[in-house]
This record gives sequence, structure tokens and C-alpha cells, in this order.
Amino acid sequence: MCRIGAIKSLNYVHPSMALQLMQSQQKGHDNSGFAMVMHDLGGIFENYKHLPTLSMACTDEGIKLAEEMLHEAGFQRVMQWVPETNPQPGLDINAMPNYVFETFDFPKHYRNGEAKEKEELLLDMRLKLRRLLEEDEQGFVYSFWPDVITLKEIGDPRDIGTYFNLWQPDENFTAKVITAQCRQNTNYDIVRYAAHPFHLQGYTALANGENTFYLKNVEFQRKLHRGYIGFESDSQCFLYTLHYVHRELNWPLHYYKHVVTPLPFDDIRQREDKEQLLAIRQSLAHLEINGPNTIIGVLPDHTLFTCCDAKKLRPVVVGHTDDTVVVSSEVCGVNEVLPQRDWETDIYPNEREIVAVTNELEVQRWKQ
Amino acid sequence: METMRVQNVTPNDLPWKIRYDASRCTLCGSCVSACSFRAIEAKVERRRMVFSESEFPEPKARFSAVPVIRQARSIKNYCRGCGICEKVCPNDAIGPLRNPDNRHPVVTRCLGGDSIKRGGRKNLEGAQRTLDKIRVGRISQMTDPSLDAQRHTFDLLAPFGRILPPKKLPLGVGPEGLLQSQEKTPPVHWIYPVIVGDMSIGALSWRMWEAVAMAVAYLNEECGLPVRMCSGEGGVPVRLLKSRYLKYMILQIASGHFGWNRIAKAMPHMVEDPAGVLIKIGQGAKPGDGGLLQANKVAEHIQAIRGVPKADLLSPPNHQGLYSIEESVQKMFLSFNAAFKFRVPVAIKVAASATSVSVFNNLVRDPYNIVGGFFLDGIDGGTGAAHEVSLDHTGHPIVSKLRDCYLAAVAQGRQGQIPLWAAGGLGKTGDLAADAFKMMALGANGVFTGKLILQMAGCVGNDQGRCNACNTGLCPVGITTQEGPLVHRLDVDRVAQNIVNYFLAMDQEFKKLLAPIGNSSLPVGRSDALIATDHAVADKLQIQYAC
Ligand code: SF4
Ligand code: SF4
Repeated sequence: MCRIGAIKSLNYVHPSMALQLMQSQQKGHDNSGFAMVMHDLGGIFENYKHLPTLSMACTDEGIKLAEEMLHEAGFQRVMQWVPETNPQPGLDINAMPNYVFETFDFPKHYRNGEAKEKEELLLDMRLKLRRLLEEDEQGFVYSFWPDVITLKEIGDPRDIGTYFNLWQPDENFTAKVITAQCRQNTNYDIVRYAAHPFHLQGYTALANGENTFYLKNVEFQRKLHRGYIGFESDSQCFLYTLHYVHRELNWPLHYYKHVVTPLPFDDIRQREDKEQLLAIRQSLAHLEINGPNTIIGVLPDHTLFTCCDAKKLRPVVVGHTDDTVVVSSEVCGVNEVLPQRDWETDIYPNEREIVAVTNELEVQRWKQ
Repeated sequence: METMRVQNVTPNDLPWKIRYDASRCTLCGSCVSACSFRAIEAKVERRRMVFSESEFPEPKARFSAVPVIRQARSIKNYCRGCGICEKVCPNDAIGPLRNPDNRHPVVTRCLGGDSIKRGGRKNLEGAQRTLDKIRVGRISQMTDPSLDAQRHTFDLLAPFGRILPPKKLPLGVGPEGLLQSQEKTPPVHWIYPVIVGDMSIGALSWRMWEAVAMAVAYLNEECGLPVRMCSGEGGVPVRLLKSRYLKYMILQIASGHFGWNRIAKAMPHMVEDPAGVLIKIGQGAKPGDGGLLQANKVAEHIQAIRGVPKADLLSPPNHQGLYSIEESVQKMFLSFNAAFKFRVPVAIKVAASATSVSVFNNLVRDPYNIVGGFFLDGIDGGTGAAHEVSLDHTGHPIVSKLRDCYLAAVAQGRQGQIPLWAAGGLGKTGDLAADAFKMMALGANGVFTGKLILQMAGCVGNDQGRCNACNTGLCPVGITTQEGPLVHRLDVDRVAQNIVNYFLAMDQEFKKLLAPIGNSSLPVGRSDALIATDHAVADKLQIQYAC
């Protein structure tokens, strides 16, 4: 089984906090990997919020190929951060030779372009890079987006932390939103791309559980958008649906819940907005999810949210203090990182709600 | 000795031979009067008895005339094996026996000079059914628990009507972040996933049709199952058209347009919209062939409902004036949509065929989004009447064709936009829930069934050639006949009750299948839940092979 967690804070926090959050729940996962996505970056990235950062694990050849491709497309590197690694003997980690976090400026003719245009360019670029490096496994391109960094590795999370010096808090590598997960997809082959969280155009999602409508979702999503690829994990479907509903259809976030876990017909019929809900259930029937799962998601505006399957078969808890909200599969995770909080204000979201956290750290509960 | 007349028809030329035990027969005459086909008759046989009265053989002969029951030697009044004589005989003195050596197909053609006609079913032999090589193999356990079939609430509903692609939904964000509809969308009704298939009031007896309509109303109003029934081509009684029960009825129009002037005339008096309109282009049991109601079934009330004289009623194999799929879409659909002011979904029924996928593709791509359902009927369906050669040698199995259509929709990302409804031999083994469930997992939104409804009513026909006389108007159990005495054999209330009970049982069985795969709603497209025990089937349907 897997465990997921997320931190959203008014202050920049270091990934060590995410490691602690996950470490305390280690009995519940199998220590097969560590992956995180950071949004709203601080430290050395703080001044580059509007420029895309490439997060990539690759071989030496991979770096060369990727940089050439970006260069050819007109991207200019403005910053690079290579995490200092600590390859001690005995660490349980299956690391790629290089981890690269590079920030680029847009090609000249895009610089004054529309946001939308730039966003499509970034997606296309990431897809191209991914395809380029897929051959001979020269590298894995996890994200290429402003103000977002992704790290995914196979091995024991504790050792991965040691390898990347993540246990030691510092000011350079921080973010206001961090989502993390500690397990490779053990149901199938271990593939780096299969580790949550997943990222697409500013949206991040991770999940604890199983999506038994995987095939239905995949068959539909494949044709919905060019960015819906991979499908190495059934949880990618959660991300793609989030992206589709919120970005492509431009619907408010709470309709995500109506799409993934639609109300029963009997309930819909009682509602004032039955016409809309029915239309949604009809047209997006193949995006419904099933099976036990809890989803955590982040929107491009850094809103953090969580919701569960329609039967609430997976746990999740939201704990908060004045400056930090933590979402965690198990309450021990929250206890570990927010020991001083008033636990009576913890929220255990039910199967018919979305709990969302705004940038002001207001925790909202939306009933479906 | 007389010259042998080997060309004369005798029982051993016929598909069924009568077994008759004169020693048990009391000559009550029940069998003869019950046989609607006049396949048995009372006859007198001359008997000769040789005896001797003296001590030494001095043979004498005595002749007597004995009344007996004998099989008719005729290709017109041949025994259908229906077994009604056996049912009514108090002494078990008579009954039909299958005659594997019969010469019926040849003799009938030679003597009649006409094609053989038959009703009933395909009589496909031998091969195990594809659906029986498929199992529900994905069982939830451990972390993804199965559901409790008894206590969980399931959403057993299927769409009937055109569903818009998500990006075409006319929804905009209004105040307070709520989605609001900016224009009307095509009508979609969520109904029970099993439609009572299209059997016309001419093909069925009025009592049978009434029993089905009663059962459907009961299922809706008392059992909470929104089951719909399709009228078949041939009109609807005006009383029903004007009643509130019309809402459970899908009106069918086929190439003969029978009954539609009545329907059109009733429109201003309708208090409810019908559940839908189904345009029938083809039928799986006899693809490429039009409807056929033989004159002997065109009773007075049928003439009235259809507005026709007593004559063979043929629906042409084609809708006049349909030159292209686009045209069919525009003309027919628009006119029916408009007739009910775009409140009633309009669907199309075609026979499964090698080209079904192209037809489906054309409809699914139609930019007007008006086709509200694709009813695909496979080879193994039933029919009221058809030429035997069409019945036995034309058609396409439903399972792979339905799957092909679904996968064609998947390839375009348009699955679900035109709901797929499948039929053709489903429930043939008596277990419709399992067949329907598997079809849905392969991509059907729902199924429709006709023949099985007749079985529920007591049809004695089967797929091995028993009875199958629906075309004759002499149905021995009163289902497909308009002859008063035969029709009265049918107990309307009990037929309705059987149908209701069958649906209730099936509803339970759906839940017993949904629970282990953890689905609360119908398993449309969940082919991952299926396994096939046959390689070829697994490959063709793109499901897992297991052995
Ligand atoms: S089996 Fe049916 S058709 Fe044959 S003789 Fe008996 S009643 Fe008549
Ligand atoms: S019993 Fe009636 S409905 Fe059944 S096959 Fe015979 S004629 Fe047809």
C-alpha cells in the first residue's frame, strides 16, 4: 500500500519536512522510492518564478541531447542547480548518473507572447524531450514548468534523502507547496515515470490506492489531449482528468469531484443543478474512477486539495497550524511535522467532499 | 401390389414423427383439437385379424375398422414438434419425435416451388457460444474490496439519447462558480439496461403484446425498474398512444411505415412523450430482408392499427429514398426529432454486418449530434417470419461486431456518445444477466431482447427447430397468432407476472456480477474485467486469455 502527503505553508519549507512526513508513515509503504513535486519555489529559484525549470534525471549523453534540443528551440539557460549528491556505499538507491534542474528563458519570439501560447510550447517541449531521451533510456523528463521542480528516485526514501542531502534543511532549496510519496508502483514493473506525483502544465496529482476504471479512463484520455501519455500508473488518470476538467473545460475545481465520483442518479435528480450534473455524468462517463483511492492535487495557482473515492476506502487527514497545512494518509505524519497543532481541528474528508487550501491558507470544505 | 409411390410425402420425410400408442389412446380427441397445425387427424384404419376357431389351424380373417390418430402426410400441415398434443393427452399416448433422417428441406421445395418460410429463431447448430467462453475474471479482493450485492446501492441505468462530447457541452461558469446551461442539449433518458425488443403488435397476439406492456408498466411503477419496451413496426393501439403509459414505449418506424399515420394523428392527444423513436433499418435474424407479416396473421384489428387491407404485409428491405448514411441522418432523424420537438431521443437499429463499423463511424462523426442510439442486432436473434434461407445463411454474430463498434469509438475518443445497444441471441441459455453483463464490459451500454420474452411467456420453440412456426399465425401457445381460440390459450396475467419476475431475478443477478468487480454502475467498457478461455476469442475481442 502506498502513503501520500503534502505540505502547504505561508513560508518556504525545505523537503526535509516532506521526508519526515513520509518517514513516520513508513510502515504503511514499502520504502521502494521517493518522489516529490515542489510548487511555488523559494531559495535559489525564487527570482525565476516566471521561467520554466526542467527537472530531469539522465545520463551524460542525455544532458547533452536535451540541452541541444532546447537550445535549437531557442531556449536559453539562465540558471542551473545540480544537487550535491552524497553517494556513500551501502545506500539503497538506484540513481541515474545526473539530476538536473535548469531554468530557461523562453525563445525570443515567445517572450512577449500570450501565457497560453507559452504553456503549450512548454508542454510540447517536454513531450519532445521525453521522446528523445526515451530511446536507450538516456533520461527521464519529469517536468518543465515555471516554479515547479520534480524529483523521483528508486530506493529507500531515507537513503534517497541522504544521497541528495535532503535531510539537512537549508535556505536554497525550498517551496511553499510540496507533495510527496514513498513508493514505486509495485503492482507492475518498476518504471521511473510510474512514481507519483505526476505533473502536467502546472497541475500535480498523487494518489493512494487503485483506480479500477484505469482501462476506461485510459481509453478515453488517450484521445482527449496530446499531453495525456505514459499511463505507467493508474493514478496518472487522476491528473489528466484534473487537467481536463480544470484547464481544458475551464470548470471550477469542485466539478472535478462530480466527474471522478459522480453522484448516484437518484441524488442527482434531487438537485437543483441536475441538468448540469447529468450532462457532466453523461459526457464524462469514461472519466469516472472506481476502487479505493485518495487523491491530492495542486493547481497552477498553487491551491492544494484532496478528495477520496466514492466509498471512502482510503484514509486521509488534513491538519493545520496558522502557517502550515499538512495533508497526509496517516495522522502520524501530521503529528510528526505539526506536533504543536490543535488536533481537534484536524479534518478527515468524507467521500463526498473536496478539501481545498487557498494561498492564504484558508481551508475550505466543498460538499459535492 | 400397387405401384409404389415413393414420391408421396410420408412422416419419415418430415422433421417430426408422431409417436402414437393406440393401446393407451382413449380417443378423447384432445390432441387433434389442440394441434393448431392440423398435423394430426382422426382416421379409420382397416385392420385384419386372422384367427382359428377349431383345434386345427383353419385360419379365418376378420376385418374391422378402428379409429386412430394419425399424422398428416403433408408439407403444409406437418408436425412442428411443439408437443402440445403430448401436453393435453391424459394418457401419454401421443407425442412428437425428432426425425433426424427427414427430407423436409428438399421435399418442401420440390413440392411447393416456393421458398421456405419460417418464424422463430436461427437454429445455429453445434458451436459453443462465444459468450460462454468468456468469464468475469477480475475479482476485487484485499485492498479493493468487493461490494455487498445485497446492501450496496447500484446505478443500473443506461443512456438512450445522444450524448455530447465534453467540449460541446453548452456549460458556462455563472455566479458563485456554478456551471450553467447556455442552450438545450439533446434529450437523453437513463433507462434500465435491458429493453424489451421490438416485436410488433401484428407479429404478437394482442394478448401477448398487452401482457408485455403490462409487465413493463408494473416494472416501472411498482418495482422501480425503468424498463422500456419497443413497439416494433406496426403501430400502437390508440388507447395506449393517448395514455400516460406511452412514456414507457419506444415507437418504432421501419421501411413499411406501418401504423405511423395513426401515431401522427394521435400526437396532438398525447399526454406523455414516448420514451424514444427507433428507426429500424435492419434486423439481425434476416439482414437485408424487410419485414414480413403473412396475410393469415393480418386480422381485423391489425388491419385497423396498421391501416392496411388483409394481405401479406411486406416492409421493403430498404427505406425508400435513403441514398447515403448522411442522408438517413439528416432526413429521418431530423424529421422525427422535430416531430416531438427535440424532446424524444431517436435511435437507429441495424443488422450486424461486415460493414456495421463504417455505418457507426459515419453516425458518430455526424456533426449534428442527433443519433441517439445505435442498436446492433446480431445473427442469432429471432423473427416473426422470414425466408429460411435468409434465416439460416445470412447475418453476422453480435459479440465481435459490438466490440468492433466500441473500439472504433475508442479510437476516436467518442465512446459513449452514441449509446450502443446490442441484441441477437442474448439470453439464449436463459441467463440474460450474464450475457448482458459481458456485452456491457465489451462496450455495450445496454441490450435488447425479444425471443427471450417469448420464452418467458411460454413459447415452446427452441433452437433445434422445434416449433418455429411464428410466421403461420398458428402459434400453439397464443403468442404469435391472431386466432381467437389460440390467443385465449395465453394467460395475460401470468405472462406479465413471469416477465416481471424474470426482470427482478435478473436485476439481482446483475448486482451479483457487479459486486465482485467493485462496480456501482454498469460495467460499460470494462473489458479488463473479462477473461476468455479461448485464444481466438481473446485475440479478437482484445481481452485477457486464461486457461
Ligand atoms: S407436436 Fe404439435 S404440431 Fe405435432 S402433432 Fe403434436 S400438437 Fe401437432
Ligand atoms: S410457440 Fe409460438 S412463439 Fe414459440 S416458436 Fe412456436 S409459434 Fe413461435
